[in-house]
Amino acid sequence: MNEKKIPFSIDALTCPLTIDASSFITLAHGGGGKFTHQLIEKLFQPVFNNPELETRHDGAVIDIPQAKLAFTTDSYVVNPLIFPGGNIGDLAINGTVNDLAMCGARPLYLSVAFILEEGLPIETLWTIIKSMKKSADQAGIKIVTGDTKVVDKGKGDGIFINTSGVGAIEHNFKIHPSSIERGDVVLLSGDIGRHGIAIMSAREGLGFESQIESDCAEVSSRVQNLLNAEIEVHCMRDLTRGGLATALIEIAQTSKLSIIINEVQIPIREDVKGACEILGLDPFYVANEGQFLVFVKAEYAKQALEIMQNDALGSLARIIGIVEEKPQETVVLKTRIGTSRILDMLSGEQLPRIC
Amino acid sequence: MKFVDEYRNSKEAELFAGAIAKTVTRPWTLMEICGGQTHSIAKYSLQDLLPANITLLHGPGCPVCVTPVEQIDKAIHIAGLANVIFCSFGDMLRVPGSDKDLLAVKSQGGDIRIVYSPMDALKIAIDNPEKEVVFFAIGFETTAPANAMAIFKTKADNIKNLSFLVSQVIVPPAICSILESPKNRVQGFLAAGHVCTIMGYREYEPISKKHNIPIVVTGFEPLDILQGIFMCVKQLEAGRAEVENQYSRSVLKEGNLSAQKIIQEVFHIIPRQWRGIGKIEQSGLGLKDAYASFDAENRFPCKLQSQERSTECISGLVLQGIKKPNDCPAFGKSCTPESPLGATMVSTEGACAAYYRYQLIQS
Repeated sequence: MNEKKIPFSIDALTCPLTIDASSFITLAHGGGGKFTHQLIEKLFQPVFNNPELETRHDGAVIDIPQAKLAFTTDSYVVNPLIFPGGNIGDLAINGTVNDLAMCGARPLYLSVAFILEEGLPIETLWTIIKSMKKSADQAGIKIVTGDTKVVDKGKGDGIFINTSGVGAIEHNFKIHPSSIERGDVVLLSGDIGRHGIAIMSAREGLGFESQIESDCAEVSSRVQNLLNAEIEVHCMRDLTRGGLATALIEIAQTSKLSIIINEVQIPIREDVKGACEILGLDPFYVANEGQFLVFVKAEYAKQALEIMQNDALGSLARIIGIVEEKPQETVVLKTRIGTSRILDMLSGEQLPRIC
Repeated sequence: MKFVDEYRNSKEAELFAGAIAKTVTRPWTLMEICGGQTHSIAKYSLQDLLPANITLLHGPGCPVCVTPVEQIDKAIHIAGLANVIFCSFGDMLRVPGSDKDLLAVKSQGGDIRIVYSPMDALKIAIDNPEKEVVFFAIGFETTAPANAMAIFKTKADNIKNLSFLVSQVIVPPAICSILESPKNRVQGFLAAGHVCTIMGYREYEPISKKHNIPIVVTGFEPLDILQGIFMCVKQLEAGRAEVENQYSRSVLKEGNLSAQKIIQEVFHIIPRQWRGIGKIEQSGLGLKDAYASFDAENRFPCKLQSQERSTECISGLVLQGIKKPNDCPAFGKSCTPESPLGATMVSTEGACAAYYRYQLIQS
């Protein structure tokens, strides 16, 4: 467990702007005038609440430890904005935090840029930024600078968010696909496919009996646990769009090695499996937002697994495969019925089957 | 997962593989009818569990693959009209028409919605009374009852702004067409379990008798398919030619009578074009006169010059079991899932896409 304390008051706050004249975002909120200031002063500052933001400077001036820096950026578009298990705000924080974590970095600072669509209920924005604050606190990262623009109605999808982050690398491992060696063991942090199915069922109103919640979460603390225990980590990759299969294939291609995966070891929740069966989707390609792969030197595999499983989010962590030299740049799946096949990259989005 | 994992069990798979190997004394060529079965065979590399002298050919049972280019072009035309919301199953969006696909229409501003059930189109029509909503009703006997029910409800509920672009086909005439071809190589069929769940399997008995060929109604999980193959080769080795039911947990001999009733209420049998194969008599379902006003072809008449884009593509021969996907000169070269020349490379159930994706024969 590495959960950090969340300021209790956040959930209790109510949106301070909805009581004003407009309860929707208007073009004026992006105009740089009074409304923009109101948005910053009444919404963003009280929630994000840190000294760097309060300086109201053009940019953040921040202290950096004596270390190598990791720097990453990502943009977030999702429909619906709020879904079972999270919202676009959680994604925007966790996604960038996770990218830093995958570089082996301890997340430090974030920038947040919003592109808001005219007509967005301010209450929705409020819900989202509260989640962002919670997620940021959980991951131990500070939001130090930001920007807001408003686009005409019809030219956005409610909210688009970009976050960029920096983190400190405080160890000597080179965590990269090129560090992977033959014999390395592949670990997976938990069950696959939950985010994609949660989004799809919320978006399409599929009405499954049980509500499947997104696995949206930061993975940084789990990664730090491994690094702090001096596990020889060769590579990590978080599972996002394209799911487990795409992450493995990308790594096999970059490392020019072969990854042999055992299907029976891949944890998939029963409800996710059921939804995939009904829709004709392959869970190997369905998105995650809180799971990652780790490639470790073989002698560390057992210890790494124990550390991962000891985390509150890691009970389903498994050793799922091993790295071989051949067939090069290829992921081979040992199927449940004892045959083998190649995992290939999808050419586009998975589309539900007809019958 | 209950009722799924049991049919993906490696020990049982080995047992069936062993039993098949013991039974087979000479080469046999079988065809699985349904694209879902093709998909499973590729996904689980089932061919690897079979003796080398069993050849599996992949049949025409992929609804996306056999929908004729003329219907795709009509869909593209209608979907591009102002004031139309065009509803389709997701698979159809990437199927190439004469010069583009539905995804291209969507990217150009066409209002195309991916739906999971034809009843979704009803809801969209009710929610958008100022729009004309069109549902692309395609598929085999499996989709026919739900599509028929949606059409029936549209009429019963007097929904005036919903119509259906129909391209329904049925399996038995396609089997006959394959068997009657002088190039036929098929010696036994695995019939499509879900089609038979609806229709039963009485109608296969005269076909089996006339052509002296075993037909085994087969499910979709790896063990279903292995058992179906086992039952089929047992018949062949014993010189029998009967209709047997491997998929008895889902299929009754008489099928689902309520589903058949709604199909008969709305549709009647007509000739249909099959993409890559050509016209097959009595092989399609068209709207009965009583439902003609819900036919999108009547509501949006258009004259189009449809034309297949590639002369290289042999998907028609693949669909008839005459060629294998990797026999095609374009396979993996000018034809890939990213830029398919034929529909068999589009759908996950198409034989070419299944070969490409799971076996990675990138020639």
